[in-house]
Amino acid sequence: MKIIEAENLKKKYNGFTAVDGVNFHINQGEIFGFLGPNGAGKTTTINMLTGLAHITAGSVKLLGEDYTRNTRRAQVLMGIVPDESNLYEELDGRENLCFCGALYGMRKEQREERAEQLLEQFGLQEAASKPFKAFSKGMKRKLTIAAGLIHEPEILFLDEPTTGIDVAFARQIRSLITDLHKKGTTIFLTTHYIEEAERLCERIAFIVQGKIVREGTVAELMQGMQKENIINFTLGGDFSAVETKFKNTFPDYEIKSGGDSSVSIHSPSSFTLLPLVQFFEDRGLPVFEAKIVRPSLEEVFVNVTGIELQKMQSGQPAMNGHGRKGVAKK
Amino acid sequence: MKTWIAFSSILMKDMRSYYLKPPNISWGLIFPVAWTLMFFLRSPVAVEVRDLLPGVMALSILFGTTSMLAVTITFERKSRSFERLLLAPISLNLLMLAKTSGAIMFGIINAFVPVVFAAFLTNLVGINWLMVLASVILIAITSTFLGLFIAVSVSQVFEAQTFSNFFRFPMLFLCGLFIPLSDLPAFIRPVSYALPLTYGADILKTAVSQNGVIAVPLSFLALLAFSIFLFAYSIYNVNRKWIL
Repeated sequence: MKIIEAENLKKKYNGFTAVDGVNFHINQGEIFGFLGPNGAGKTTTINMLTGLAHITAGSVKLLGEDYTRNTRRAQVLMGIVPDESNLYEELDGRENLCFCGALYGMRKEQREERAEQLLEQFGLQEAASKPFKAFSKGMKRKLTIAAGLIHEPEILFLDEPTTGIDVAFARQIRSLITDLHKKGTTIFLTTHYIEEAERLCERIAFIVQGKIVREGTVAELMQGMQKENIINFTLGGDFSAVETKFKNTFPDYEIKSGGDSSVSIHSPSSFTLLPLVQFFEDRGLPVFEAKIVRPSLEEVFVNVTGIELQKMQSGQPAMNGHGRKGVAKK
Repeated sequence: MKTWIAFSSILMKDMRSYYLKPPNISWGLIFPVAWTLMFFLRSPVAVEVRDLLPGVMALSILFGTTSMLAVTITFERKSRSFERLLLAPISLNLLMLAKTSGAIMFGIINAFVPVVFAAFLTNLVGINWLMVLASVILIAITSTFLGLFIAVSVSQVFEAQTFSNFFRFPMLFLCGLFIPLSDLPAFIRPVSYALPLTYGADILKTAVSQNGVIAVPLSFLALLAFSIFLFAYSIYNVNRKWIL
């Protein structure tokens, strides 16, 4: 079942087109990723879906019902976690959650019970009585996500949930997102971290300069990227000693690079691993590692958008032509 | 019911977080006392407390409501916690009413602080308390919505304070609080009649000392009109500037 359907969604600010006719849908229970550099239109799209920005053109349906002109009606079904932790500094963890519950009309006992559940689920019991201003950045982020879930929404919007927090908390938050997904929560996740999107999302849309340039499952996005098959071997001896023999035995394979004990073999057709392993073993070169190299989502993104990853993550989208040249690995 | 839960929670949170804080309460107490003392000390002739009361009450409301509301809303906007309220499933009108109710109540309470002090200094017999209460409520509503108008017109906390003073200080001298309207130069008087506090202070003068100069129903209507205009314009501005 489709939770959200966005059709030809557009947003213009004083002549500038921030979002330019995007189309996508989010299925119930999935994590849908919106991946793009800063300024690509991710937050503007979330703002239009959640009612923080007026929709210039297009339509949005929630559970099949159009709410393009009346997002307030749909807000009760949404949990929203903005890109900044924006709870009340003077309230403590528990009070913040209860206040957010009250905004959605939850009764006192109901919101108190739910707040306790969330504090436990998010490992924040000890911080429950501390004022929000005393929280670390990571704890603030966790509580902000918990606040988005207080009223058990149909869909949770997570805008850059791990941006600006340390590695340990980022890992915890990713793990929480995975847990929420296992429990059936539908999640709309925007991020500019490709690995995060690849790890968490079932379907991903690449958004660049207000337009969705590619959308699909990770496998679908990878399709077409793999122009040849690559396998890397790490051997227990010197490959050059058997190189000529190897070329004679496997004339269709191409040896592209290799050190003394490693070799990268390329082929237009798929490999059958066993004869290769057998070849090395028979010649006294034990195989320590055989690794099939597949394209990463990062390469797909760069290939589709031409955006350098370093620039993307530093918030300066830059076009770099297409192809693998100019790829800056993280 | 759900809307009422949201409304009352916003109101209670604001009361607790802003209006019932010791510095704010002390401001509410000190301000009217300071103003009254100033007139006693500066005036070359004996000052009748009862004559000062309407002006001090009106000022207590004006400063009490606008100071806190304009700053808190601007502050919440800056820290983006106001977004939480905009994302809540309640109507914008109701949300802004919830946000302003605390200031209105604070303004009403503030208005009666000088009355309590005055009770120790003079005889308060003969005051039309019903009219006092009605006018205090309307002045508090109008002043609060003026604070809201200021809050939605600026983006920084310091701008809120500066813009508040832009309205408040002229009102001190132009609304007939301490200087009768008839003593003002003729070319300034139209400005006085364009300010809401002129009407509020005049009702209070009628209720306390029977020396108001504007017909009471007209003053009530004027305050009501100012309230509706300021609230409607603020909502229009929120829709235009905050929901992009």
